Amino acid sequence: MMGLKVGSIRALSMLAVMAVVACGTGGTNSGPGSVHVLAVWSGPEQASFQAVLAPFTAQTGIKVLYESTRDLDTILQTRVQAGNPPEIAAAPSPSTLSKLATAGKLVQLDNGILDMTKMTDQYAPGWISLGKINGKLYQIFSWASVKGLIWYDPKNFTAKGYQVPTTWQGMVDLQNQIKGGGTTPWCVATESQAASGWPGSDWVKEIVLSQSGPTVYDSWWNGKTKWTDPAIKQAWTTWGTILGPNDSNVYGGKNYILATNFVNGGDGLFKKPPKCYMHNQASFITANFVTNTPGLVAGSDFQFFPLPDVNPSFAGAHVGSGDAFSMLKDTPQARKLIQYLTTPDAQAIWVKRGGKLSPNKAFDLANYPDDITRAVVKVMTGASIFDFDAGDLMPVAMRDAYWKAVLSFVADQTKLDSILTGLDAVQATAYK
Amino acid sequence: MDLSQLLADVPTLVAVIVGVPVVLAGYIVGGEYLVRLLPDKSRPSVRPWIWVGPALAFVGFFLVYPVLGTAYKSFFDNQDNFVGLSNYAGQLGGFPSGGAWIAIRNNLYWLILFTLLVLIFGLMFAVLTDRVPYESPVKSLIFMPMAISFVALAVIWKFMYSYQPPGEPQTGTINAILGSLHQAPKIWIQDPNVANQALIVAGVWGFVGFAMVILSAALKGIPGDLLEAARVDGAGELTIFRRVIFPLMMPTIVVVGTTLVIFALKAFDIVYVMTNGNYDTDVLANRMFQLLKVGNNGPASAVAIILVAAVIPVLIFNLRQFRAVEARR
Repeated sequence: MMGLKVGSIRALSMLAVMAVVACGTGGTNSGPGSVHVLAVWSGPEQASFQAVLAPFTAQTGIKVLYESTRDLDTILQTRVQAGNPPEIAAAPSPSTLSKLATAGKLVQLDNGILDMTKMTDQYAPGWISLGKINGKLYQIFSWASVKGLIWYDPKNFTAKGYQVPTTWQGMVDLQNQIKGGGTTPWCVATESQAASGWPGSDWVKEIVLSQSGPTVYDSWWNGKTKWTDPAIKQAWTTWGTILGPNDSNVYGGKNYILATNFVNGGDGLFKKPPKCYMHNQASFITANFVTNTPGLVAGSDFQFFPLPDVNPSFAGAHVGSGDAFSMLKDTPQARKLIQYLTTPDAQAIWVKRGGKLSPNKAFDLANYPDDITRAVVKVMTGASIFDFDAGDLMPVAMRDAYWKAVLSFVADQTKLDSILTGLDAVQATAYK
Repeated sequence: MDLSQLLADVPTLVAVIVGVPVVLAGYIVGGEYLVRLLPDKSRPSVRPWIWVGPALAFVGFFLVYPVLGTAYKSFFDNQDNFVGLSNYAGQLGGFPSGGAWIAIRNNLYWLILFTLLVLIFGLMFAVLTDRVPYESPVKSLIFMPMAISFVALAVIWKFMYSYQPPGEPQTGTINAILGSLHQAPKIWIQDPNVANQALIVAGVWGFVGFAMVILSAALKGIPGDLLEAARVDGAGELTIFRRVIFPLMMPTIVVVGTTLVIFALKAFDIVYVMTNGNYDTDVLANRMFQLLKVGNNGPASAVAIILVAAVIPVLIFNLRQFRAVEARR
């Protein structure tokens, strides 16, 4: 029996080797080939990204082998160290990116790969400079999203006679009015597996930018302003007034905030009767609204207003984020793909499917699926102060600690001082 | 995969499949030849080293060298400057809530609760299902979670623990059961007071089958005439369990227990998937991974060495126990 098995395995492997040799003789020419891409998108987002890739493969014959992971930094670092990086990766966190760039593991993009005159024509200087390390371009943005949008159901607002607030005080008044009517004004949800806490961190960074301005904001994510600094602490306490004492302004209180995944964060808006009236989330969340509560129509069932200015001297300040790509191995196929991803045509495919904006100036507004998305774009392009997501700009260790701090703050707001001291301790080492 | 890429791997594959046995055979034949050249007296002291040499080399390269390398790295910071014991001070300072202390505390929880619960339930199932007609199906059912990866197990239990505010339909099994008993729903894995226990329960569910199978085998190994003799002497079933079965199973229980202790010390997947160490549920292995992930190799190495130091006494105990069992045979 054993002998037979060994014999048949040997025969099989011989066959396999012969088959490979026979097929391989024709396969070594420089045909269309393939390119590996590593990014974080899964589920509906992955479907959208693959829709973007489909015409590329159809035109060039180049196969795109897409791999999805929520642990992008770790996987990427491991694969780079193993000498087996993907050709293209959705850009990792800035600290990982700069580490890879200084180690010479990234391919410089403004050195013949991308047509820079075209790039500077179609991207605002801010987007280009975000992709630069030591003056060299290492990542290029394909999509963007705007944070700090307060989503609400216009029908619920009309039913109760609530007005969309235009000032911070107006929003606080509205929140007290809603609470007086016996309903919790807000829905907040912070669960996000290994990234739990980030939805709350959005609140804090938006308040920092709008309350203390871009100078403080930049020096804060750069690690030069301490977390215990009055400006940063004030942002947390301001968020505390939104959450209310012991999170009493939020549907389900701290239990619901901590236990609920962010994709379900806005569900309470659409319950009958509504569980909450307002929900702060970035522009991508509309895709989840529609999936979680089928039949919702953009505009009549959900609408947004931008987070009002906390401090009028920094009026029109908004935080955004984006999806950038970097190149880790220079192959002709990878060049073609990264060039393709910067074109308005490629970007339009995902934009039309919803959930993304294009930072591209050459982009036709008619590509956006609905009036809401066009209004979101106006928030982005009309912002007098537009800054990139502070958490994404911090080193990973700092960002992770920031997210954890949000969870501790939601669990017990009175511990703010010790939470901030803890963040200072991380800040002292994370930037080295 | 690309065919050309596969083709490029073929020579390597052939070299490994053909080369490794050839080299090993050559080593043994050559070694024996050299031993024969030696005078008769010194042959017995040289020969074992020739035979055990390759294994030692493998263990040295893949186990000892990385451990020593980790120990070495634990004395350096991210810029490769020698920093003495300060990485350890960073992990072990700030008792009781700073550094790695929360993780150490939780590892102790795992060590005690996980080990005890798995042993108690494993023993219970082994004894209770013994000699009943439906023994195999029941044991298969209890063993089944062992076939699930711990990541999948963690995802399943996350659904089991899911929470909706009071008054809403509960989607999580545990809170739905609470609701049917007219109890308010609780958050399980986000509340630091119960989160560790909730994670450990998930781990116990996944591991009870392991303990049950081994303990059941030990139980079946107890000679029937011993039990017969006890019965003839007038012992009740409980007394037989306490005075005959339990002492005879003790060595096996200890070996299973120490295996569980080692598992508890390196607990990672359940914690990583269910909470990522948030809500005071961090454990040393997850802390090490998180430090490594952000490039803090020195502190991560220090945590690894602390973990190794914690496991070594258990290993020694386990080996001694194993030898004692062998010696009794």
